[in-house]
Parts: sequence; C-alpha cells; structure tokens
Amino acid sequence: MATNEKPKVAFFDFASCEGCQLTVVDALQTHLDLLDAVEIVQFREAMTEKGEDYQIAFVEGSCTRKSDEERLHRIRKQAQIVVALGACAHTGGVNALKNLHPLEDVRRWVYGDKADWYETYPARPIDAVIEVDAFIPGCPIDREEFIRVVKALLLGKKPSIPDYPLCVECKLKENVCLFQVGKFCLGPITRAGCGAICPTYGDGCEGCRGLIPNPNENAMKDVLAEAGLTVEEIMARFTMFNTYPLQEAKR
Amino acid sequence: MTTVNISVHHVTRVEGHGDIVVDVKSGEIRECRFEVVEAPRFFEAMVRGRPYYELSHITSRICGICAVGHATASLRATERALGVEPSEQTQLLRKLNFHGEMLDSHVLHTYYLVAPDFLGVGSVIPLVNTHRPIVERALKIKKLSGDLCAMVAGRHTHPIAMTVGGFTHLPTEQELRDMQARLVDARADMDETVALFSTLDWPQFERETEYISLQKDDEYAYIDGRIVTTDGFTYPIEDYRQVTNEECVPFSTAKWTHHNRESYMVGALARLNNNFDQLHPRAKEAAAKLGLKPLTTNPFLNSAAQVVEMVHCVEDAIEIIDELLTRGIQPEQPPEVTVHAGEGVGACDVPRGTLFHNYVFDDDGICIEANCIIPTNQNMANLNADMKALLPQVLDRPQDEIRQLLEMLVRAYDPCISCSAHYLKVEFV
Repeated sequence: MATNEKPKVAFFDFASCEGCQLTVVDALQTHLDLLDAVEIVQFREAMTEKGEDYQIAFVEGSCTRKSDEERLHRIRKQAQIVVALGACAHTGGVNALKNLHPLEDVRRWVYGDKADWYETYPARPIDAVIEVDAFIPGCPIDREEFIRVVKALLLGKKPSIPDYPLCVECKLKENVCLFQVGKFCLGPITRAGCGAICPTYGDGCEGCRGLIPNPNENAMKDVLAEAGLTVEEIMARFTMFNTYPLQEAKR
Repeated sequence: MTTVNISVHHVTRVEGHGDIVVDVKSGEIRECRFEVVEAPRFFEAMVRGRPYYELSHITSRICGICAVGHATASLRATERALGVEPSEQTQLLRKLNFHGEMLDSHVLHTYYLVAPDFLGVGSVIPLVNTHRPIVERALKIKKLSGDLCAMVAGRHTHPIAMTVGGFTHLPTEQELRDMQARLVDARADMDETVALFSTLDWPQFERETEYISLQKDDEYAYIDGRIVTTDGFTYPIEDYRQVTNEECVPFSTAKWTHHNRESYMVGALARLNNNFDQLHPRAKEAAAKLGLKPLTTNPFLNSAAQVVEMVHCVEDAIEIIDELLTRGIQPEQPPEVTVHAGEGVGACDVPRGTLFHNYVFDDDGICIEANCIIPTNQNMANLNADMKALLPQVLDRPQDEIRQLLEMLVRAYDPCISCSAHYLKVEFV
C-alpha cells in the first residue's frame, strides 16, 4: 500500500444489525482526520456513490445463504485486504444461535408454511467462505480498536489483537470480580480488547470477542457450576456468541 | 405515452438492503413496489431455549440503531411475563436512555441520510467541506446522544447495564449534572436544526392514512401504554395481533401488516398525529415552524416530525434529570426474579414506530416461544401504497427525477431493514 494515493476503502454488510458500521460512523466523530487518510468508495448505509476499485474491504455480518457466497468471492477478488468487522463476521455471532436447532424448524417457526419463499442456511463467519486477512472482534466492535487496526493496515503492518483473557483488563480497571458478588462471567476464557466494558457496567462477559487460544473450557464450566448455573445455563452462556466455533471444534 | 423502467438495487442511505422496482409501459403502471432483500435472521428461533435474562441482550442485536428500543421492549415483555415491577428510578432511567436513542436515531436519519437529498449530494461526506457547520452540529448532537446512552447503560449499541427489573450500573449524580448541562447547551443546536429543516422544500404529496402509535394518559408515549389509531380504535398492548395481522409476501423477507385498511403508518409522524398535545411546548413551537399539526398526511414530513421529536427528547431529558437529581440516585439492585411459566407482551414506540416483543416462558424461565413485530414491517404496505399513489402524479417527469423522488419517499419512512428482515434496493426494471 506504499503509494502516494489514498487507499480506497469499502464497507459491506451481510446478515447483521449494522451496529459495527454505525460504530465506525461514531468513531469518525472523534477521528475525522481518518477521512484525510483514506478514500471511502462504498458505504451503502451512509452514501449513494459506489466505487468498485477498493483495496481494503471491511465486511460486517455472517454468511447465511448461497447468494452471499458469490458476493463474498467478488469482494475477495477485488480487495487486497479483507477485514472481518465484528462478531457476526468473526465468529458467526448471535446469527449462529439458529444453528442449534434443525434448520427446517427454524424456518417454520418464523415464516410458517411460507418458509420456502426465503433462502437461508446455517450462519457462518466469513472466513468459512473466503480468506480473511484481519479480524476486528466484538459485538459491537470497539471504536478505538477499529482505529488501531486501520492505522496498522495503512502502515502495512498486521494488526495485533490481544490473545490474553478479559480478566487481565478487568483487573487493570480494578473492578470487583463479578464472581465475588454472586454474578457470573466468561472473562477467564474470552479474548480481551474491549476494556472489559461489560463487567465494568456490572454485567458478566458474554464472550462476544471469541475465546482465547487454548481456553480451559472445562475449568470454566466448573467455575460457572459453582456459581450456581445449571448445565443448560452454562451451555447458553458458552453458545451466545460462540455457537459456530464450538460446533466446528467438535467436528 | 410514458414508459418508465426503474430498478434501484439496494437503495442507499438506509439501514439494510431493499430494492425499488418500477415498470411503466405506455402510461400503464405494471409494477411499483419496494422489496426487502435483507438476509432473514430468524431471531424468534434464536431465542428459543434461552434463559429469560439473556433475551434483551440477544434481541438488542436485531438492530444497531434501535438497540435500546429492542432491549426495552424485550425487558418489558419478560417483566410482564414474570411479574417483575421496575422501580420508579428504573423507569426514569429507561426513559432517559430512550430519549438518547431517539435523538441518536433521528439525527442520523435527518442529517446524514435525508439532508443530502435536499443539498444535492450523495452523502454527508462532501458536506464536510461545503457545509461544515451543519456537519459539525450533526456530529455534536450524535455524540451527545451516544454519550447519554453510554452514561445510562454503558454504550448505545448494544446496551449493557439494562437488565430484567433494573440496571446493573447506575450513573452518578455528577454525571447526570454534566449531561444536563450539555443538553441545555444543545437547545441552541435544536433551534438551528429546526431553522435548517424548515427551509427545506419538502415534496408535495398527500394520502389519507391510518396512523398508529402508543398512547399514555400522562405523557408523550414511548414505553408502555395502549395502542391507538387515528381511525379511533384503541387496544391494550396484549391485543397487538389484532392491529398488526402479520403476513408473508413473496418478494420481501420483511412480513407485511394491516389493520382495518389495506395499510397503516407508524413512526414519528404517527406519534405526532396521535399525541400532539403531549409534546413539550418547545417541541410544539418547532412543529409550528416546520408546518406540522395533526392531522398531517404527507409521509415526506415524517422526517420533519423526527426533528420535532428531537426537540421534545432534549427538553424531556432535561426534566427527567431534574427529577432524578431531586430524588437522588438510590443504589438499588435489580429485584430478585422468581421464575415461573408465563407469557408477556412488551411495547415501545421506538424511533421508527411501535415495536412489540412477546415471549412465552416455561417453568424454569426458559423462552419457548417468541414473536417480535418491527415498525419497518408495519410500514411496508403503507410505503408501497404511497409509492403507487405518488407515481401516477409524477409520471410526466424525467426518469431520474422519478427515481430520486421514490428513493426520498422510501427514506422518509426511515426503514430499518436489518430489523424488518429482521430490508432496501430501487429496481426500475
């Protein structure tokens, strides 16, 4: 990316709430100078113009149907760098919760006898379909981490995402551990980088940034059981954002 | 004779994916419709088998813009099912948070998505150079609203501290005082906003419509209340299905709804038409400057009604903070929940209109059935009826002008397509 021209950036979305793109818009509030460093050529949610000559593609959302695959392959073919933006693109996020049920049940529950009108299959993160160069985890993404990743990419570096657990950040914030106050949390096995924002606001980590490398899942389950959770509740907490990776690990 | 073929694939500056399809041969309209092509996400299936305390956190993920609205409707449904009564402080903080989201969503829609149409540009980005003070004002209001939500619940997308019965974190009185000072300062920005939008040349189009919203006796309704319509019907929120009558349509992953006519409209204009008297006096002044009073039947003015609501939310937020400070923030914990089987309906008037969440729980508090009815879905039939009424009135105009007008009509509804398909492209075939 060592040219004098500003790198061209495009944003795409698949099955998602578009909250990560909104977070990007919000990040610009405090980093308007970013607009001087890149040229945004496509961002359907915010602009009419469409350019197809992008070098960096940010992709939000999960792949949930055959027609998504074709779009993803087109993006991969054009972009030098593809970045998975947020949990839906990174781990499948909450979209993959439907994978816990038989697909035909899921379709019938929502669309009844008209289910055949609407194309869908089990939700997947985008790297299940195309090669992905960088991930920005989280539901939603963290604004400052987004800015750090963009800066790294513009400098031609591989962005570094923490691989230590959330507890590290929570301790640095001097939060009282939620297990000490009768709550529960997935912090010990979840990838840090959000500043432990949920525990800071009194709510246990839900694992939206994905699990750390080699997580001790059994020890985590024991701790949650000691905190009084039923097996079903433990599985619910594990699967909220990580259904897809957990199911893949069992294959 | 006129022949028009318009096909706008993925209408821009709207939330989600939708298409406009228009086919006119020799002056005869063969096709004129708006299609939702967003990938369906199946939230009603996702929440099956989940514990009651997860539902607001899962369903807030339906939408990045109205995450607080979904979380609030979700919590109300759960609380009604499980017999949990939120404290007065919790109700005040929820209203405050809701005003933050209303302001955030309306500033995003009016400034970022609608204003470029009137200023002749494709997005807000070129305005950074040509209309810098406008962009800076929009950014300032956006930041204020986001910070307000963050103060109450940790962040706007997706709220953290909102939980069944209350909050897991409370703002300090100092944070409330600082936020109130910023809201008072934002009055000048609201005056400028009203002045800007009252100069816009709104398209002239009227179509008699049934407007539906929530209503309360004592305040401009956003959370709870009863369902009312400008045709004179009233329903308790538990009877929402009698109003919405959802049905599948083959070209749209968003279901359509209808009440006693072929369609109805929800959103800021519907609320203004039903609840005008309960607007804050400053919001009523803004309405007068923008030429709005009940009954307004030009759907393009939904964006103007959003400006009126922005004024209302700023003023009401200032008053809510007064009340919270007078009471003093009490270090309350959310009430203990005793799980049991039950069903509950939660209703909120979120930025785009009335939202319903309905859950059924088993003996262990596990969700066994869910139904979410989204404002954008409720508006789809009405938007299509408006398009069909507008098109013959403008068929003599150049195709590009027709296309832009139809896109502007779609945008006026502020469709939230992620929500509805859990929907925008214009296709002139």
